[in-house]
This record gives sequence, structure tokens and C-alpha cells, in this order.
Amino acid sequence: MSEPLLDVRDLDVFLPTRSGPVHVLDGVSFSVDAARTTGLIGESGSGKTMAAMAIIGLLPAGAVTRGQLWWRSEDLLAVSSRRRRQVRGREIAMIFQDPLASLNPGQTVGRQVTEIPRRDGMGRAELARTATHLLDRVGIPDPAQRTGNYPHQFSGGQRQRAMTALALAGQPQLILADEPTTALDVTVQARILDLLRHLRDTEHTAMLLVSHDLRVMAHVADDLVVMYAGRVCERGPAQAVLREPRHPYTKALVASVPAVRARTAIADPLPGSPADPAHRPAGCAFHPRCPLAVLRCRVERPTVREVAPGRWTACHLAEADGLPDAAEVRP
Amino acid sequence: MMRMIGRRLALGAFVMWGCVTLIFVIVRLAPGDQASVALGPDATADEIAAARTRLGLDEPLVVQYVSYLGRVLRLDFGESYRLGQPAMDAVLSRFPATLQLTVAAMAMAIVAGLILGCLAGGRPNGVVDRVLSSTAISLQSFPTFWVGIMLILVFALHLRALPSAGSGSLSHLVLPAVTLALPQTAIVARLTRSSLAESMQDGYVQTARSKGLTEREVLVGHALKNSLIPVVTIIGIQTGVLLGGSVVVENVFAWPGLGSLIVDSVAARDYAVVQAAALLIAGVVVVLNLLADLTYARLDPRIRVGAGA
Repeated sequence: MSEPLLDVRDLDVFLPTRSGPVHVLDGVSFSVDAARTTGLIGESGSGKTMAAMAIIGLLPAGAVTRGQLWWRSEDLLAVSSRRRRQVRGREIAMIFQDPLASLNPGQTVGRQVTEIPRRDGMGRAELARTATHLLDRVGIPDPAQRTGNYPHQFSGGQRQRAMTALALAGQPQLILADEPTTALDVTVQARILDLLRHLRDTEHTAMLLVSHDLRVMAHVADDLVVMYAGRVCERGPAQAVLREPRHPYTKALVASVPAVRARTAIADPLPGSPADPAHRPAGCAFHPRCPLAVLRCRVERPTVREVAPGRWTACHLAEADGLPDAAEVRP
Repeated sequence: MMRMIGRRLALGAFVMWGCVTLIFVIVRLAPGDQASVALGPDATADEIAAARTRLGLDEPLVVQYVSYLGRVLRLDFGESYRLGQPAMDAVLSRFPATLQLTVAAMAMAIVAGLILGCLAGGRPNGVVDRVLSSTAISLQSFPTFWVGIMLILVFALHLRALPSAGSGSLSHLVLPAVTLALPQTAIVARLTRSSLAESMQDGYVQTARSKGLTEREVLVGHALKNSLIPVVTIIGIQTGVLLGGSVVVENVFAWPGLGSLIVDSVAARDYAVVQAAALLIAGVVVVLNLLADLTYARLDPRIRVGAGA
């Protein structure tokens, strides 16, 4: 495999709260390869959105970040804030969850999608052409007319398309998409996912797709990073991870979604509630909900290790050929 | 859009009618009337009764009111018995001075208030914000007459840079306008700050940051315009307040404005002048509100489309 486009190494993020800093990302490592879609999945509170915000450098005020964010040959956590800003929009762009809130209600869509070229001093006529072209690329019908519309005159799906056009405007090599379909109707979701897949195939833009929805991942992700309580528990090629999980949490996630596992019609909901990063259990953070947990899981934090080529997992019990059955494990 | 303006003007006429009616009643609630005040404490009861008959004050209030409304509709606002000239002429002769003072004060307050509000709101709870917010509260709390006197002491008496009283030149305008502008600046700055601080939390601000804009570009290019609606509202209201004339500032600086005319006319029970002034101020406030509404539509396209539909 070639050098990754983005390499996140041992990323720690602390967020300030009333009761002191909370360790929301704890030693997170993963990479995003060029022209591939990497899915970042986990329940709410797993830190997946924080990871995306840390990469683009838009964490809330007061957040403390440690670790390394290798973007090609530079560590984004070590560069100047000026260089950091240059990367935003032009090298790494972001699509936010709620397209209505994320578009400026007081500006035309055309103006918003062409803000980056306008800052570069592009002329009016050229800007108008660029705006039309961008809206056309994301599949908005009648793009020349729509550039003069305001966000409230767009439908939900069109707004997310406009948001995608906005992300494409700076010709980034990597797009971070934070739950891009969550705020949309189910019928519209599939079309936006098709658009994202189409962009990967035609424009070869790498994408980091953040979602809690395994069906979305099964649809578009090439690689998968599974997060739990601010830590990575498993990563590997998406199809392999979904077919043969090497971490009990991934396995439980897959079992909770009937559409992903063809054999079971009935979903098997995950017992218990997600761990709060502010009160992360000792050892493996998943052990209180894990059907396989042994004594070691309660005391020793598992490292992320490669159990099979390309398959990384943070589970003491994982083997090259998979996870043991619950019956085989005696605490 | 035209329909909205028409609706607002009709509503404005209604507001002015209400205002005129209220003032008509209120000035007559005060003890004593034109006849007794004008003739003084030495007048006999017969003299006062004769004057009352001459002025029509012995008619029932309803009759007086109806005939007054009838005259107003014919643009006859009555005579000032005190000044011996048409009441509206007296009011209009004082209005330019008040208008001048208001425009100067509000212009300063808007420019300074917006700049200070942006500095504070761009980084809520930062050092600049804390210093400016506490200064703004102090500015709003100082009594106007005290600020005026202090400015006179420093700039007129001590530095001898500016005239302390009177009107007629630009230098005469500076001190009273600054005195009026200080609390208004504080009001505009505080509102801009809080509205902007709220907008800076909005999603589109995060989007703007994700485009690689600097914080200043994000603030000026995206957050500010969306924070201005409450600021425009307060500017409209405060302009109306100042146009009513500031009695205190006019007294301190001997400024020949509307405020002192109204106070003197109330004291003399010069009903015609008080009513004419109330009518003029109500009309100006109606127009100001209309302007504010039109500005909202410019600031927020959702309002524009909603009104056009």
C-alpha cells in the first residue's frame, strides 16, 4: 500500500468542561489513503466527530490536542496557525451534518460556494461560471439559475449538495464528511451517498466519512475505523471488517443492524449504554458490555495490534482467524 | 413589498391617532388649564371663566376632542397662546436643532458601537470583551447631566477647546452630541456584542472557518450581517427617543431643541404645542419603524421572500 494521505498518530484531545478537562480522544491512530473513502464509525460520544474537527483544526476553544496529524510531509499539529488556515478549504475541506445550519442564510448559494476563488481575486464572470459549474457537478438541476437562490429556497437534499459543492470549491485532496446524511430524509440519503461515491470515483478525492450508521458505511466506505469511548477498537478494509469483525464491539454493532447481516432478520440491539469518555472504564473501555470479557480486559488496556494482514484490533482475545465464541471464554 | 409598506403606513396612521388621543387626554388630566395658568394666581374666577369660554375649554371633553380631530385632519394644529404663532410652526422651528443633534449623536453611536461590539463579540469573554462590557455598563449608568457637565468642565472650561453652550456651528454641536452619544454607544455596543457572540456559535460560521477564512473575515463576511437585526431595531427605537428631544442635554448646553419646548409648553398648559409635538414625533417614529422593517428585509432574505409572497 502506498504512503497514506493523512496519518493520525496517537491523537489525544482534551475538552474543557465545568468538572475539568475530559479526555475525549485517547491515543487515536488511523490513516486515510488517497482516492479512498475511510469510514469513521461509532456511537454518539465515541469521539468520531471530535476526530474530524481535530483534523480540520476547528475544535472548540480551550481544547488541548496532543499527538501527530501527518498530512503528507507535515504535522498539522506543529505548523503555524497561518499554514493551518491555508490547509483548510484548499487541501482538507469539510461537509457538516446539518446543511441548513451550515449555510449562511444571508448569502446566495452561488456566493457561498465560490468564496475561496473570490478570495483569490477571480473576476465576476468567471465566478458566476465557477458557481454554475460547481452546482452542476453535485447534480443540482438548472444550476445557472440556482446560484442566485438563498439556502432557504433549496430543499434539504439540495442544500447538502450545495454544501458538497462548497467543499469541492477549493479542490481539496481530502473531504471530511460529518454525518452528511443524518439530517436528511431516508430517500434523499441514498442519493447523497451516491453523489459522494461518484465524487470519489470521478474526482479521486479522498474522504473521511463520519457516521453512526453502518448501512451508510456498507454503502460507501472502502476502509473502516471503529471507535468506542474515544479510542479506536478496530480498523481494516470495510467489507472484511463488516463480514468478520475482529472486535466484540464491531460484532455487536453489525448484529444490531439487520440489513447488514443478511442471515438474521431480527436486529440484536447492543446491551447497555455507550461509555462516557469522562468516566471511561479501566482496561478495555468496552468490557462492561462485552460478552467475552475476561479478567484481563478489566485491568489491562488492549493495544491496537495487527491480527491479520491489514486487520487491526484492540482486543486481547482476537486471533488471526477471528474472535472466540462466548462459550469458549471462561472469565 | 409595496403591500407591506402600505400595511405599515395604515398601521402607522392608527398609531398616530392613538398617540394624539392619549396626549389629548393626558395634558387635560393635569390640574389647572391654559386659562388659569396664563392669567396667573391673581386672576379672579370671572376672568378665568371668561377665558375658558373664549378658548372653548368649557365645552365637554368629547366635544373638544372631536373638534380637535376635525381640525387635525384639515392640518390645522391650533395656535400657541403662549408664543402667538401656529403650534406646528413653533414645533417645526425647533425640530431641525433636535434632528441635527440626534443624527450626529446616533451616527457616532452606531459607528463606535458597531466597532466596539465587534471587537468584544468576536472573542466573547476575552480581555477586550471584559473591559468593553464593564465600560459600556458604566457609560449607560452615568446620569446624562453629569456627563454633560463633566465634558463642559474638561473641554470648555479647562481645555477651552469647545464652546460650552449655544448652537449654530459645528463646534457647538460636539459636546451635546457626544453627551447623547455615549449611552447610545454603550447600548449599540452591548447589543452588537451579544448578538454577534451568538452568531459566532452558528453552523455557517464553522463552515466559513472551514473555508480557511481568518477570524476577521468570518466575523465581517458572515456573522456580522446575521447579527444586525436586533441592533437595527434598537437603533430605530433609540433614534425615536432622541428625536423626542432630550430635555436634560438641551438644558445643560442651552440647545434650542424640541425637548425644552415641550417641557415649557406642558408647564404653560399650551395644549396645542404639546399635541402638535406629539403628533410630529409619532409620525417620525412610524417612519423610523418602517425603515427598520425595510432594513430587516435587506439583512435577511427569508423576510424579503416571505413579504413578497
